[in-house]
Amino acid sequence: MASTVFCSIVSAEEEIFSGEVEMVVASGTIGELGIMPGHTPLLTGVKPGPVRLILEGGEEEIFFASGGYLEVQPTSITILADTALRADDLDEAAALEAQKKAEQELSDQKADIDFARVAADLQEQAAMLRTIQKIRDKKQ
Amino acid sequence: MASAKELRKQIGSIKNTQKITSAMEMVAASKMRKAQDRMSRGRPYSDHIRSVIGHVANASPEYRHAFMKEREVKRVGYIVITTDKGLCGGLNVNLLKAVVNDLKKLSEDDIEYDLCLIGNKGAQFFRSYGGNVVAASSHVSEEPQITDLIGSIKVMLDAFENGEVDKICLANNVFVNTMTQKPTIRQLVPLDPSEEEEIQHRWDYIYEPDARQLIEGLVTRFIESQVYQGVVENVACEQAAKMIAMKSATDNAGDLIDELELVMNNARQAAITQELSEIVGGAAAV
Repeated sequence: MASTVFCSIVSAEEEIFSGEVEMVVASGTIGELGIMPGHTPLLTGVKPGPVRLILEGGEEEIFFASGGYLEVQPTSITILADTALRADDLDEAAALEAQKKAEQELSDQKADIDFARVAADLQEQAAMLRTIQKIRDKKQ
Repeated sequence: MASAKELRKQIGSIKNTQKITSAMEMVAASKMRKAQDRMSRGRPYSDHIRSVIGHVANASPEYRHAFMKEREVKRVGYIVITTDKGLCGGLNVNLLKAVVNDLKKLSEDDIEYDLCLIGNKGAQFFRSYGGNVVAASSHVSEEPQITDLIGSIKVMLDAFENGEVDKICLANNVFVNTMTQKPTIRQLVPLDPSEEEEIQHRWDYIYEPDARQLIEGLVTRFIESQVYQGVVENVACEQAAKMIAMKSATDNAGDLIDELELVMNNARQAAITQELSEIVGGAAAV
């Protein structure tokens, strides 16, 4: 059996990654997924969080997806992300700031805000920070 | 023959027009670059989602969404994307011609149609052509936002879900290169199964968590992305076509000026000759 599978990550703005990979690790709607070549067809939502690709030869690359869909075909894996970033481009300070702001808004009951939106924001920022943490662990 | 003075005036006015068209050409060229960038950045997403949707339509899922069922076609919805402004050559005309051809074929088969128009030019055209316009939006900026479009798309999708239309097609110009823009009419729903051979046998996805929810979300995303990409592509086409149209207008103005200058010089020469012969004639008479 083939030891790699073609994977592409696209966001509405651009194509983030496309190439052969040995494994894809992403956070699906109901849990973490590890997908290897020859996986049965699968369709699932993606939660905000890191997407880890194990490239040919064991090298790892980490991306951040803020939600979207993941499709697995026997010969290809496609991640349709709402927004995706190369994890190296993530800005920790900005993420922390945004998280703090979202938390503040949530705790400030009087303010006239859209709770669903802020909660989603908060979740996204938390996921972004998780991704950054993961990269840091890898580097150490 | 017109007098030299009149001709000089005419040349002056053509020169002014030429200045305007050449300025417009340059503006279009710089806008085209940006629009093209935006278009090529969006293309991978819309291509991939189309292939995923093709796979989904090919699968034999336990849950068949309304968007996946072929129905007998009695009424077709068209989403037609045109530009807001003119002066872009045959771009809109070609597209509208293709749409009208389609509509005529439908009328022959006694199929009715609804129209959803994005862009001013389409709205103007169908005001005189007739046809049932259910939604229209214009003044979509050069950097279209998906939120600007959702309203008019939703009208169509709701009509489909309620069974008022049985098929939705998207008509827009596809950017091939700067010189060529191809009017294209594509079926959006019911979903078109992809024709890859390796996956023609019966199979289905594993859905996590729930087929219904997933497919609904995916299909909505698909249609939004297709229409959005259509609009972005149309902007790129508009600028390219405008650039070409303005370039040829500038060239034509140049040709016209050359011709008029020739005529003017002739007229001037003739006037001088006449004057000379009058003087000579006068001198001889004295």
